[in-house]
Amino acid sequence: MRNYLKLSLFVVMALALVATCAIGCGGGTDEDQEAYKIGALFSTTGAQSNLGVPEEYTVEMLVDKINDAGGINGHPLEVIIYNDETDSTKCATLATKLIEEDEVLAIIGPTGTGNSMAIIDIVTTAQIPLVSCAAGASITSPVSERYWVFKTPQTDKQVVTEIYVYLQSIGVTKVAIITSTSGFGQGGKTYLESEAATYGITLVDNQTFGSDDTSMISQLTHIKGTDAEAVICWDTDKASAVVAKDMQTLQFTIPLFCSHGIANQDFIDAAGDAANGVIFPAGKLLVVDEVPASDPQKDVLTEYRDEYLAEYPGESISTFGGHAYDSLYLVVEALEDLDEDLSLADARAAIRDNLEQISNFVGISGIFTMSATDHLGMQPGSLALIEIVDGTWTVSQ
Amino acid sequence: MSADQFVQYLMSGLTQGSIYALIGLGFTIIYSVTQIINFAQGEFVMLGGMLSYVLAVEAGLPVPLALIIAILIAAGVGALMYILAIRTARRASVISLIIITIGAAIFIRGIAGNQFGVNAVSPTPFTGRGSISFLGAYIEPQALWIIGITFLVTILLYLFLSHTMVGKALRACAVNPEAASLVGINTKAMALIAFIIAAAIGGIGGVVIAPMAMASYGMGVMLGLKGFVAAAVGGFMSPIATVIGGIMLGIIESLAVGFNWGPFTSAYKDVIALVVLLLILLIRSGKLAAAERAA
Repeated sequence: MRNYLKLSLFVVMALALVATCAIGCGGGTDEDQEAYKIGALFSTTGAQSNLGVPEEYTVEMLVDKINDAGGINGHPLEVIIYNDETDSTKCATLATKLIEEDEVLAIIGPTGTGNSMAIIDIVTTAQIPLVSCAAGASITSPVSERYWVFKTPQTDKQVVTEIYVYLQSIGVTKVAIITSTSGFGQGGKTYLESEAATYGITLVDNQTFGSDDTSMISQLTHIKGTDAEAVICWDTDKASAVVAKDMQTLQFTIPLFCSHGIANQDFIDAAGDAANGVIFPAGKLLVVDEVPASDPQKDVLTEYRDEYLAEYPGESISTFGGHAYDSLYLVVEALEDLDEDLSLADARAAIRDNLEQISNFVGISGIFTMSATDHLGMQPGSLALIEIVDGTWTVSQ
Repeated sequence: MSADQFVQYLMSGLTQGSIYALIGLGFTIIYSVTQIINFAQGEFVMLGGMLSYVLAVEAGLPVPLALIIAILIAAGVGALMYILAIRTARRASVISLIIITIGAAIFIRGIAGNQFGVNAVSPTPFTGRGSISFLGAYIEPQALWIIGITFLVTILLYLFLSHTMVGKALRACAVNPEAASLVGINTKAMALIAFIIAAAIGGIGGVVIAPMAMASYGMGVMLGLKGFVAAAVGGFMSPIATVIGGIMLGIIESLAVGFNWGPFTSAYKDVIALVVLLLILLIRSGKLAAAERAA
């Protein structure tokens, strides 16, 4: 009797296994086709976790969407996501792991500029395409040394220019800058310094802070002692919120401009009413309802926002998820034109060549036309100047 | 630097210094009783800060109750850490125990990142936002709470250590553990008490800092480092010296930004803290070596 029970249990389990396989293996994609494996490096913990988490969520959502629709030319898409913990040493180790152990075709990410710079040599030596989700302009320039590297976010230089053009238009000439010592902050600082003269702007103070600092009162006190007419802060949301709050404490009367690093709800939540009046350039995603219907990005933006909010109730939309969207779809676009049965090295090279050919790709951050001399390929008009009014984003007038 | 600015730098330095002092106190208490430098001290601060937000804002408890529970939980984690990680390895060398505290810190941080999420949160300040004008300087109400509570904790700790039996027993362990156990003091129980007090002070630090500086699961690393410097200035032995060390560090950092000349700029703020630490360690190592030769 016991033996009979055991046997029947075994049979039931075996049947269950077969059944799950039939459901799992049979869905959507062609069973014969090998999966396309892509690697992703995101900072889902650590200082840049507010950026990395929506990137991971976005990729997970899109992979399901692509596979449900039948994959890429019948190949299912598999994305191996690793968390680099906002640590460039870890990031480098994980990049090597993706390239050598997981044998991925291409890598998207990392989240941050510092981490992206840290793996450029690795991907170049291994000859594998990288599509970075980080802002720093130096990630894809000089392009002669970045043969394998592409990126999707607006560069810090574009964002700096956007702020300076605006300041020039309202007649501000004396500006104080306060930047983070992180890779992102230093990138911004470089262009804030180098571009100022072009727009008739004098930097009357130049302060820095650590991203984990608990107070910027001292630096802001120094800025207050100058005749600055505006403050520009360059960091991601947490430290920028501290700057906004400390400016409120010190009763500043001049406006605060921030980088696109604060383009998420977390900044508004953290800074409270100190967030009101803060102006920053960012992709159009945050103000998608105010984007005119004639804008070619309107449909893509609306679709991504609606799907993301439906998939992750309780989360809010952020442009960082948009960078992951663009990076993933650029790679998918390159995979669609990939010849069958290439060796790993040939496939990687072919994907790189295809990435460079992409033109008029309508993404979340902008419209991309890559070329051998431009590995960002973002067309002008991708940024909106956004002001926070009553805790929500509006297009600045 | 104008007079107004000077006062502002001092006030800002005093606020930051009080934070460092509060964290440094935790290092000092544990070290003086057990000779262990507890690198998980910053994590108690993080627990206080994150829990105060979770309990007061997310769970909707009344603020004073939420703060007390947050501090008690932090103290409980301190006790658990001692019982589970330190006491079970009591035969190991002090260096091994210190490494265990690093492991415990990573463990606590990992759990916190998982449970609380990775976003920075901003609990409501005790007495509202805004700014108070003081001798030409502006200060947040919360900064006054930070300074006030640091002084209160220091005084209470001083009274506890010098006027209660348990406090005197703790000091006896600090002076000479063997002699203390010979006269019937339970040194293991004292070590447990030291961990609980240190964790509770860390938790207090967390709940008062969080409304001003925000809390996130990773905040303990940097704060722990600054608190370590404060405790090192005090030689890890005297709570009063630790508080003075912390406040000195805060004011030096703040004034360095104000000078804005040569190496004294905001870019080198943290470097200055570490140079202070190195100088102290160099000076003290000479003294310690002399003490060892004399012994």
